[in-house]
Amino acid sequence: MKKLICATLAAAMALSLAACGSSDSTAAAGSTADSTTATAEGASTPIKLGGIGPTTGNNAQYGVAVQQGEELAVQEINEAAGYTVFELQFEDDESDAETALNAYNNLKDWGMQILLGTVTSTPSLTVGAEAANDNLFMLTPSASAEDVALTGDNIFQMCFTDPNQGKAAADYISEHQLGSQIGIIYDSSDAYSSGIYEAFVAEAEANGLTVVAQPSFTADNKSDLSTQVAQCQDAGADLVFLPIYYQEASQVLIAANRTGYAPTFFGCDGMDGILGVEGFDTSLADGLMMLCPFSAYGEDETTVTFVNNYKAAFNDEVPNQFAADAYDCVYAIYQCVQDGVITPDMTASEMCDALKGAFTTMTFSGTTGEGQTWDENGMISKEPKVYTIQDGAYVLAEGETA
Amino acid sequence: MAFSRLKTMRKTTRSNIVTFGIVILFYLVVQLLSAGGLLSNSFEGQLIPICAYVVMAVSLNLTVGFLGELSLGHAGFMSVGAFAGVLVWTVAGKSLPVFAALPLAFLAGGVAAGLFGVIVGVPVLRLSGDYLAIVTLAFGEIIKNIINACYLGYDSTGLHFSLQDQSSMGLDPDGTVLINGAMGITRIQRVSNFTIGILLVLATVAVVLNLIRSRTGRAITAIRDNEIAAQSAGINLTRYKLTAFVVSAVFAGLAGVLYGLNFSSLTASRFDYNTSIQILVFVVLGGMGSVRGSIIAAALLTVLPEMLRGLNDYRMLIYAIVLIAMMIFNQSPQIAAWRKRLVEKVRTGLGKSKKTKEVA
Repeated sequence: MKKLICATLAAAMALSLAACGSSDSTAAAGSTADSTTATAEGASTPIKLGGIGPTTGNNAQYGVAVQQGEELAVQEINEAAGYTVFELQFEDDESDAETALNAYNNLKDWGMQILLGTVTSTPSLTVGAEAANDNLFMLTPSASAEDVALTGDNIFQMCFTDPNQGKAAADYISEHQLGSQIGIIYDSSDAYSSGIYEAFVAEAEANGLTVVAQPSFTADNKSDLSTQVAQCQDAGADLVFLPIYYQEASQVLIAANRTGYAPTFFGCDGMDGILGVEGFDTSLADGLMMLCPFSAYGEDETTVTFVNNYKAAFNDEVPNQFAADAYDCVYAIYQCVQDGVITPDMTASEMCDALKGAFTTMTFSGTTGEGQTWDENGMISKEPKVYTIQDGAYVLAEGETA
Repeated sequence: MAFSRLKTMRKTTRSNIVTFGIVILFYLVVQLLSAGGLLSNSFEGQLIPICAYVVMAVSLNLTVGFLGELSLGHAGFMSVGAFAGVLVWTVAGKSLPVFAALPLAFLAGGVAAGLFGVIVGVPVLRLSGDYLAIVTLAFGEIIKNIINACYLGYDSTGLHFSLQDQSSMGLDPDGTVLINGAMGITRIQRVSNFTIGILLVLATVAVVLNLIRSRTGRAITAIRDNEIAAQSAGINLTRYKLTAFVVSAVFAGLAGVLYGLNFSSLTASRFDYNTSIQILVFVVLGGMGSVRGSIIAAALLTVLPEMLRGLNDYRMLIYAIVLIAMMIFNQSPQIAAWRKRLVEKVRTGLGKSKKTKEVA
């Protein structure tokens, strides 16, 4: 009996805690809604944006970044417009297709009109097919697999596709003669990493670069990457290409430093965030190059405003490209609202048709680049930028125009 | 009249009818609600995963509850079944009509998983105790890693296979990639529906219930209760252990096919250690050796995290608390005694009201 009482008490306590948490977040949402002193009629009903991403589990850091980027953009837009333009609901998918589909169905019950998600590629493929069935517009900030955009004509990407990144990286390396003996360390169990890897190898060979070592790891054995680094070192690679995320990349840099191996390291957009890894000596990242559309150290006005507002809203956290892409997603939709392409009274399907037409013809400038356009597949074209890390900040690499 | 016959029935038959009744009632209620447009998208989307997990839990119960061996790699069989079934479906679904291709997919999934059941079971079931747990755990992880590294495609010259990467398959540009490594199988034509799911659940429950009430089933439970006594009574240990294990694997494979055909993409990493443990939790909480318990626990615990979505970050915390509370409710001797008293009270209460009715 005592145990039962304990259990009930524990449950009650947790429930009340949870109630606090949820009331907090609704209060925050409410305050933005309250500040809307009844303006223009007809604009009073907000457009419902749904977001899906992993806010718990292994990929939580990406999902949380996207969630915060979207929340910030929605808040800014609502404040600037003086009324609630957008209402955002963000659902957790644990980076799993089944949960993502549940989240999607949940958002549909809520009345979502536009989907800004999902964050990772695998859930995107499942959710994308469902959104294509429902003819619901889907703009993903960071699901970069090529297949995602090809799933339906209603799916658009804010990020580069994986093959595009691999190709651009290989082109840049051969053009600027950064190295001739290439080593690659990639995650073979990850769609993002192997997608870039494959395109990179094909393009590198076409450009006359030699791939001397290509050790891989999987999600299950990534706690120590010194073997992979040693393999590249033994093969005499003078440039190591790292199409992986920043946590694993920091492991590689630490392992290389330990053995005194100092090739040029070159990463892709997953590398953005390496300066924020806890307990990582950022001086090890000096000279690291990366192909990335966004730099939190950029000096143009959009970026500075975004970074400052983000830091103010989220405990001085420096935004990474996930947050930036998510932020741009909301602003790209907002541009369509301002152009009168969509109005809140449209159904999700009408909005989708209108946005499909608008996105393939419009040009968008945001934190991740100027003059961004989309092709009819929904893939983005923007200028890839290469940054070098120097003294804990990103510097635009030589031969690159801002 | 039917009622009185129900009373004179054997206890086990009555219990079976209740179990089937729960499943059929659930199906009818959902169909009614669906026809009335009262189902939310969210719940409708979970129906097929629920069926898949129920089949998984019931089949694992055969190994854990009735055979008494701990299997930690049940998701591995699900994975094998899912990939085999979906592969057959993507290839055969294009040329054959649905009613021919779909059974073929299920057959392939079941056979493939059963085959792996034999491969794992034959050497390992000769051992006893923790060895099976260790080997099945490793099996699940091996399957996951192999499929993750597997590239398969076909073109005019035939099948191509590689464990390196997509380009090393040597596929023609117009060839079709079937399994794309870590991306798994993509662009699957979704074909699972709730009716197929319920039919599979009913088939699983029928086979498992019949098996455990048969001669074979009595041998299996005898092995669980005392291996040495069973052996000295002339029971062929390996044979019966293997039977239970392989049947369990086959149904896991069928559940995998159902699951795989419900999503547009399928990755091996979905069927990891955590999934195996999740299924084991269904079985343990539902009560080892109780088919009905497994059904209810699997259905409830699949829906629960979704129902708790409104609580945001706290939902996994609450989920854990619910698990602990359920465990205490099911297993604690004091609670069991209290439940018994409660049931008796209700029974006597009902009996009284019935009597008063008769008097009136």
